[in-house]
Amino acid sequence: MIYDFNYLKPGSLKEALSMLSEHKDECKVICGGQSLLIVMRQGMVAPEYLLDIKHVKELSYISLDAKDGLKIGAATTHRTIEKSDVIAKNYPVLVAMENKLASIQTRNWGTIGGNLAHADPAGDPAPVLISLKASIKVGSANGERTFPLDEFFVDYFATQKNDDELVLEIQVPVPEPKTGAAYQKFNLLDSDMGIVAAAASVTLNNDGTCKDARVVLGNAGPVPLRVKKAEELLTGKKYDEALFAEAGRIASEECEPVDDIHSSEAHRRHIIGVLTKRMLKKAWDLAKA
Amino acid sequence: MEKQALKLSVNGQDFEVFINPKTLLVEVIRDHLGLTGTKRGCETVSCGACTVTVNGMAVKSCSVLAAQVEGMNIVTAEGLETDGNLSPIQKAFLDYGSYQCGFCTSGMLMSATAFLDENKNPTKQEIKESIEGNICRCTGYNSIVRAIDAVAQGKY
Repeated sequence: MIYDFNYLKPGSLKEALSMLSEHKDECKVICGGQSLLIVMRQGMVAPEYLLDIKHVKELSYISLDAKDGLKIGAATTHRTIEKSDVIAKNYPVLVAMENKLASIQTRNWGTIGGNLAHADPAGDPAPVLISLKASIKVGSANGERTFPLDEFFVDYFATQKNDDELVLEIQVPVPEPKTGAAYQKFNLLDSDMGIVAAAASVTLNNDGTCKDARVVLGNAGPVPLRVKKAEELLTGKKYDEALFAEAGRIASEECEPVDDIHSSEAHRRHIIGVLTKRMLKKAWDLAKA
Repeated sequence: MEKQALKLSVNGQDFEVFINPKTLLVEVIRDHLGLTGTKRGCETVSCGACTVTVNGMAVKSCSVLAAQVEGMNIVTAEGLETDGNLSPIQKAFLDYGSYQCGFCTSGMLMSATAFLDENKNPTKQEIKESIEGNICRCTGYNSIVRAIDAVAQGKY
């Protein structure tokens, strides 16, 4: 049963921020509500005020700039991202990720900003966005702050965002030349959340060695987890399948997965190793192409 | 909690309801408007039995607040027919026996309708993906896919 709340429907971003600064921690923000309404129905979240930003038009946009890269408004739906031609052309891994995120109905209503603000470590967008070096912009009535996305999450369902702040925008820089990125989650049904997931990006030097790599795990700990030891291992190295396997081994050691009804901790570690190896190989192959 | 007046357009008809703002879209459709074609299933955005279209998009009405769809065009399974004539996808479901217990049917019809409006020449694989958010626990998926395919091929 959902507990009663006062429903606030701001007509503009300015009004939304002012309402939020007034009610702060008594207030929860709803956009698509595809995650929030579930926990509200379970009685786990019972806000006094519910601030609905679904129809705040200023928060729904996709723009691409040759210098600044991609900017996605927080209230942009997953389906809009999935169907975006500019994203498909410049960041195909984002479209592939969205295509496997929950079901069409959820993607039609759920939003990218809501997904990230909810901060479920099993969420699909965060690992991919972190592998693409994305940032997240939050704002309150008093101003804006921007975080690298990998520093945004602090614990299960917790972020650096203050109670009077809204997620405003996701920013993804223009990928360097010779960059490839890949993501895969392991699940039993296509539309489920990942039991674990791995995202990788690889940027190559002109001589074919690795200039820079990122390895980010989903549902492998309290937050989307960067495996910096694996990233460092790859830097400067040549293409080598044994190297990917070693990076996978490091990832399976560095992660902190839970042991639950969906999978044991040992099984999760094993799958993380396999996925990391495969995603690094795939990202490297894409970077070469 | 003070009730709020809400204007909704469902199946082309305008309604005004007085609801607690926590009321879900599926509750308004079933309990306030009496349109019981839309089913309440899992209520956790999983099963798709409550699927309706909002401005042509399939959504799960168990996880949308009614207040969020004010002024938008909502269509339920009851809204698919025109003057007593079933829509193509409804006819195809009958011809292909695309239901067993029938509980998932209205949600399947709404997902299929939204899909066919967007995709004129879908592949079999795309048709299968179009009902990824709808669970049929009788597992009668093949006949559902055949019915959608028949409509896509212009047989109706």
